[in-house]
This record gives sequence, structure tokens and C-alpha cells, in this order.
Amino acid sequence: MANVATPAFTGGFNDPVHGSQQGFRAIMEAMARPGTLQTPDGVTAPAPLNPVSALVALTLLDQDTSVWLDSGCHGQADVADWLSFHTGARIAQNMATADFCILSNPKGVTVLADMALGSEEYPDRSATAIMQVTGFEANPDWVCEGPGIKGQIDFQPTGVDDSFLPVWSQNRAAFPRGVDLILASPTQLAALPRTTCIRKAREM
Amino acid sequence: MNPHASGFAAYNFAYLDEQTKRMIRRAILKAIAIPGYQVPFASREMPMPYGWGTGGVQVTAAILGADDTLKVIDQGSDDTTNSVSIRKFFEKTAGVATTTRTADASIIQTRHRIPEEPLKSGQVLVYQVPIPEPLRFLEPRETETRKMHALEEYGLMHVKLYEDIAKNGRIATTYAYPVKIEGRYVMDPSPTPKFDNPKMNDSPALQLFGAGREKRIYAVPPHTEVVSLDFEDHPFEINRFEDTCALCGAEGVYLDEVILDDKGNRMFCCSDTDHCEQRREAGHSGARAGQGLEASQ
Repeated sequence: MANVATPAFTGGFNDPVHGSQQGFRAIMEAMARPGTLQTPDGVTAPAPLNPVSALVALTLLDQDTSVWLDSGCHGQADVADWLSFHTGARIAQNMATADFCILSNPKGVTVLADMALGSEEYPDRSATAIMQVTGFEANPDWVCEGPGIKGQIDFQPTGVDDSFLPVWSQNRAAFPRGVDLILASPTQLAALPRTTCIRKAREM
Repeated sequence: MNPHASGFAAYNFAYLDEQTKRMIRRAILKAIAIPGYQVPFASREMPMPYGWGTGGVQVTAAILGADDTLKVIDQGSDDTTNSVSIRKFFEKTAGVATTTRTADASIIQTRHRIPEEPLKSGQVLVYQVPIPEPLRFLEPRETETRKMHALEEYGLMHVKLYEDIAKNGRIATTYAYPVKIEGRYVMDPSPTPKFDNPKMNDSPALQLFGAGREKRIYAVPPHTEVVSLDFEDHPFEINRFEDTCALCGAEGVYLDEVILDDKGNRMFCCSDTDHCEQRREAGHSGARAGQGLEASQ
């Protein structure tokens, strides 16, 4: 059994009610306005979780949800223990049935299509992916369009190259099915709901 | 644990428990991601009857924070029973600031109207919805309407509008007028007058819809295409009024008819009370401004 010094018991919200409300409003704003950056207060969590992805997890996960962890997180027993202790969420062994998937770095994004996409009748029964990134580009190479965006917006997470674009356009093509993506840097978050179209700026 | 517990001992902040809020929040995020699609949620019993806005109240409770300023309107009015009760409910359970001014509100919960004053980016409009399924009166079975949405099978709705034209010579639907979101889902805009439908299109504000009894949440993100269904030869038209507001003289706003006596006298005035008050404060006046009831006799 873990003792009290275990990282699993540290961190989390100082104020669960208002901490999660503020976290949620940042996520809701991000989802409603794809490509815009929100700067919520993060929470302390064991590596490799960053403060903002940990905030998203604490805000949305509970005993009614399951969460799948990528190899970067899965190797760290602390992460699973921390999530279990603070949220009560079940750690999913099978990505295809998980409600939430945490990707500790963008390299694993190709697995998007293997996550739960929902059905035509219940497209809401799809996964929400929380992907950690190092930051967001000041001079993005991508242009996003879709619901929530007035005209278009330039947006690109740091360290995510163009190999993401075909993965995302495949996700977009499955609409109304599809995965929704929350991108979390150590200090900021942004979201890409399944409705957002992304293309290279140069292709204009 | 909860620093607010001392002030509101009997309630968690904004009444709902945290697990319920998380469940509603997850539903709201999926609703935003699939504009116009009705997300099922585990609606709770609230300390008010169904039909009094329990869906809207649950959505508001899930998003509301200590820094928010809340406005509640019922048919455009800030001072009818429904809006006063819900405003007081959140004053008591969340201790948030409330206002009647549209521009000052960060969250506006509404029953059947969209404010006349254009909404701004950052505001959230929460609708109370009685029957979220636009196809329900055409097809009573949930299993079938769900399939119709999945298959984008909306012909029946056009037949209904066509029957209006066949019977009345025009589309006679005046409220809960069906809209199509981003060319995909047909959605019930709640029983707002069709006058308000154009305001839903490309709105800078986020629009959330909560149906408590029917246990559905849906959403229209900002800057999203909302098109009222119609025909090429019978295009969508909003309600038009011959009168201006009797109190503030406003034109091009939605008017309520007020019966003044039993001799057939009546007046029309703004349904949006905040809009009307602000115009009068700014010096505008209508035909009956400043007159008592006896003036009509």
C-alpha cells in the first residue's frame, strides 16, 4: 500500500468547487472557440502530467468515467495512482472503450482513430483526448475554420508537425462521430472539437 | 473543505453536488462539439417543478462561478415569477451578483426570448427548453427520431411546413420554428418567437440549451450557422409589428400585447423589459409613456 508520502496524495485542487468551476470554464471557452488560448491555474501532479492537463483531468474525470493512459504515462505508476486517488476514475486497459485518453506527448496522436468515435445515433459517446504539448506557436503554420471560429484563426501547437493534419481530417470526416481534442501546455490550453477544419496556411 | 459552506450551510455552491456538475459539464462539452445534437444527461430533480426551467437551471448551476453576473429573463421580462424565482435561487445558493442589464451579464438564462441588445463575445445564453426534439410531434418514438437525426432524414419537417402553406397559404409556425445547424442537425430553438431566430445565427455568444424533464442538453457555439428551414418560394420571414412600443417608442423589436380594460383598449410594448427601460432612461418615449390607465378611458 502507498504511504502518505506517495506523490499520489499530493497536489490536486486547493478548492475543489471553485477550482473545477474555473477549470471547466476555461475548457468550455476553449471548446466553444477552437484555436483560442486559455490560461487557467494549473494543479500540481506527478510527471509526466503537466499542470494544465492535470487540471483538465481533475475537472472532468470521476468514478463515472474511464481514462486510458499512453505509454509515457502508463510507465509511471504515480500517474495512475494520482488519478485514481483524486478523481476515482477507472484506468482503462482498452483505448477503444475509454471515455478519456491522456496522451503525454503529441507523437502518439496517430492513435486518434483507434479511440471511441461514438455511433451515428449517439455521437456523444466518443472519447475526449487530452494531449500534452510544450506550448503554442506564436507564428502558426495552420489555419482553422469551423463552428466557434469567426472566419478563420491561425493556430498550431508546438511540436506537432503536419503529420497531424491527415489524422485530424480523417477524424473530421467521420462527423458527427469523432474524437474531441483538448491540448494542454504547462500553462495554457486550447481545444479542437471534431467540427474544426485545419489546413496549411500556404495552401491558401 | 468548501470555503462557501459557512455562508450557505445547507447547499454546495450553486445547489448541485460536484459529481452532478461534472456529469453536466461533460455533456455540455460534447454538445458544443456536435452543434445542434441533443446530448442525453442524467437530469436531477430540482427544488422547482418541471416546466419551470429545471434544464436551464442545471446548465447554469454547472457553469456558474463566483465571478459571474447572472441575468434571468422570462419571455423577455426580468420581473415575472419565473425569472425572479430563478434569480433569487442563485442569489441564495451561489451568492453571485445578478443584474437586469443585458450588457452587464456574463450568463443570461432565458425562457423563450433572446435579448434585443446584441450579445457579446464571452457571454453565455442558457435556454430553458420544454421539448428539445423538433421531430417529436411528427414522430413520437425516440428510437425513430434518433434514427432520423442519424440519417439526416428531415423530409418530414419540410412536409409539416408545406402543410402549413397548403392550409394557410404561408408557413404558420410562429414559435419553436425549426432551424438547421451548420447544415447538419435540425434543432428546436426552444419556444422563442421566430422573430429571434436570425439572432441565433453567427452569434458572438455561446448558446446552451437545457431540457430538464426530457433530459437533454444541446448547444450552438459562437459564430455558427443557424438557418431557419423554408422553401425557395416561401422564404423564412420574421414576425412584423405595425405598432411601436407604447412606452419607449421602439420599432423593430418584439412586442407584447397588453389588454388595458374591458372596452377593447390595448397597447403593445417591448417584451424585453431591460431594453425598454434603457430606452426610456435615454429619453425615448412612446405614445402612452407617463400615462396612467385612466387615460385609455
